[in-house]
Amino acid sequence: MPSRIAPLAISAYTATSALGRGRAAHAEALRLSRGGLRPNDFTDTPLACAIGRVDGIEREPLPVEFAAHDCRNNRLAWAGLAGDGFLDAARACVARHGADRVALLVATSTASIEATESAYRELEDGRFPARLRIPALHTPHSLGVFLEAVLGTRGPCLTLATACSSSAKIFAQAERLLRLGVADAAVLAGVDSLCGSVLFGFNALGLVAPEPCRPFDAARCGISIGEAAGFALLERDGAADAPRLLGYGESSDAYHMSTPHPEGAGARLALADALARAGLSADAVDYINLHGTATVKNDEVEAAVVADLFGASTRASSTKGHTGHTLGAAGILETAITLLAMESDLVPATLNGSAPDPLCGPQFAFANESRAIRVALSNSFGFGGNNCTLAFGRGTVH
Amino acid sequence: MEGLIAYIDGIGWWSPGVPDWTQAAYLLRGEEIAAPDASAKPAANVLPATERRRAPESVRLACEVAEQACAMGARDPSALPCVFASAHGDCATTDALCATLAAAPLETSPTRFHNSVHNAPAGYWTIAAQCRAPSGAIAAGAGTFAAGLFEAAVEAHADATPVLFAAYDVAAAGALTDVVGSRAPFAAALLVSASRGPHTCASLHLRHESEATAPTAAPTRLAALAATNLIAAALPLFAALANGEETTIRLRNGAQTMLAIEVRS
Repeated sequence: MPSRIAPLAISAYTATSALGRGRAAHAEALRLSRGGLRPNDFTDTPLACAIGRVDGIEREPLPVEFAAHDCRNNRLAWAGLAGDGFLDAARACVARHGADRVALLVATSTASIEATESAYRELEDGRFPARLRIPALHTPHSLGVFLEAVLGTRGPCLTLATACSSSAKIFAQAERLLRLGVADAAVLAGVDSLCGSVLFGFNALGLVAPEPCRPFDAARCGISIGEAAGFALLERDGAADAPRLLGYGESSDAYHMSTPHPEGAGARLALADALARAGLSADAVDYINLHGTATVKNDEVEAAVVADLFGASTRASSTKGHTGHTLGAAGILETAITLLAMESDLVPATLNGSAPDPLCGPQFAFANESRAIRVALSNSFGFGGNNCTLAFGRGTVH
Repeated sequence: MEGLIAYIDGIGWWSPGVPDWTQAAYLLRGEEIAAPDASAKPAANVLPATERRRAPESVRLACEVAEQACAMGARDPSALPCVFASAHGDCATTDALCATLAAAPLETSPTRFHNSVHNAPAGYWTIAAQCRAPSGAIAAGAGTFAAGLFEAAVEAHADATPVLFAAYDVAAAGALTDVVGSRAPFAAALLVSASRGPHTCASLHLRHESEATAPTAAPTRLAALAATNLIAAALPLFAALANGEETTIRLRNGAQTMLAIEVRS
């Protein structure tokens, strides 16, 4: 078991998703149990499914000084940075600590692949059209290159791309960098945008639901894909009321590329390590934001793990029915949702279902519940059997 | 803090015609090596035969060097956290996926899609090695090798555990050749520890430099190999390791930073 870690302050955070731009829009949608999914209007080739799309990104090119980075994913990042004054907070943090001392950890599953897909649709004699012949747009690190240019950080900078656990794992990376004294602050970004690869790819795997996804419903039949940008700023010391990262756990399933381990072996390891680093037992957990993708297998395994490890006083829900599965951005988007839940003493509903899977224990919240949340977990389990659980607590002043 | 020390307990290498670290060390020292069979593929014996057939080249490459490094360090891979790093992922898979999406998106292959994720090698590896430890998949453009090595060292120190680091890139494919400079496959792996052990063959003192310094150039006779892809650009580090040379190697890290690597025995 890992040893307990010192909590880190989450000095600033924001999210942009199908629920809207910024924390207030997310808090409002959660309070009203208002989902953001809509019928697929993204792909030229019809695909009957629901998507979590951020409105207006097509009409928002990047400022001219960043024009070389222009693509849907970086536009979404730019829109996200504007939320809750995050860009100013991040730049002030860089000025405060010095650019060398601030790490930039970015997470995505498909980065700017949408730009590469566009180039393939417009090939001229087998070659990329001139306007898309920009190497920085066709690399998994495109988001990191863009954000490094925007923020001017000079500390460690990398893209972590472990599919759906990506933007949870960057919290773990940040903790290690700060604990070892390699950096004094870390800017965390998780951005994934709609693209053909994931819509038609997950469809080929038979994992896309024709209707808005129904996490933990008995009749669930797959995911709804969404897009999101989430940002967080982590420091050793922060304002007394800033929420805290208390722990994290990471694991691999060692089972299958696209199916979770049937007993949730990896999920259990991630949960146990997150609690150990937080120095907490399972009964201290007030709320779990579940991975809850609404695939038959994920929800079956995750429901059994929750029923097994937690008491009924721990409330659990999936907010994928609100936002869709935002893949590489899910970890940080759901971190923002978890922190908002904590701030507003609200356990968010699990949307779109009509009859819960009988596997769900008494922990499951299908409608909003009002209750104090002091300690919360967020689960992110990815393709390739890549798992991460994060533990959060309130600031010392609430 | 003045950087981190990574103790190297194992090394893996695969480049066309140079299938392991023993052969690579001869090459890097300027000694004769057996006539290279440039058409040979990475053996990737760790993968079960069915998986090896399904796996794209990047996965076979990454698993091959990962296995070599574990064997040299006499470490059971099932207990090792691992960090895989690639600047471009599997270009042939990306090319085929994008071509299908442009022509007939509903014909997208499920296997090709699951092979397209950046953590495909980490997934195949952890399954084959029965490894439930944390696994990562990193990209950082020209700084991919440096960022991955540093992350492995951070994990090793943070949790006092050896960490497997494997970096790979394959040749660009199809229309991607316009925007991806990789011209041949190359992969290398290092088994990184936070403390010296019986298998330690070198120590690397890692620190970031933000002043304007240049990356260490590869020896002229190996410059073509170092230029084949962004991972192969780490060749000067491996040349120092092969020669037992005590020197400082600089590898490109971020847009304006280098990773300075002080190599000691």
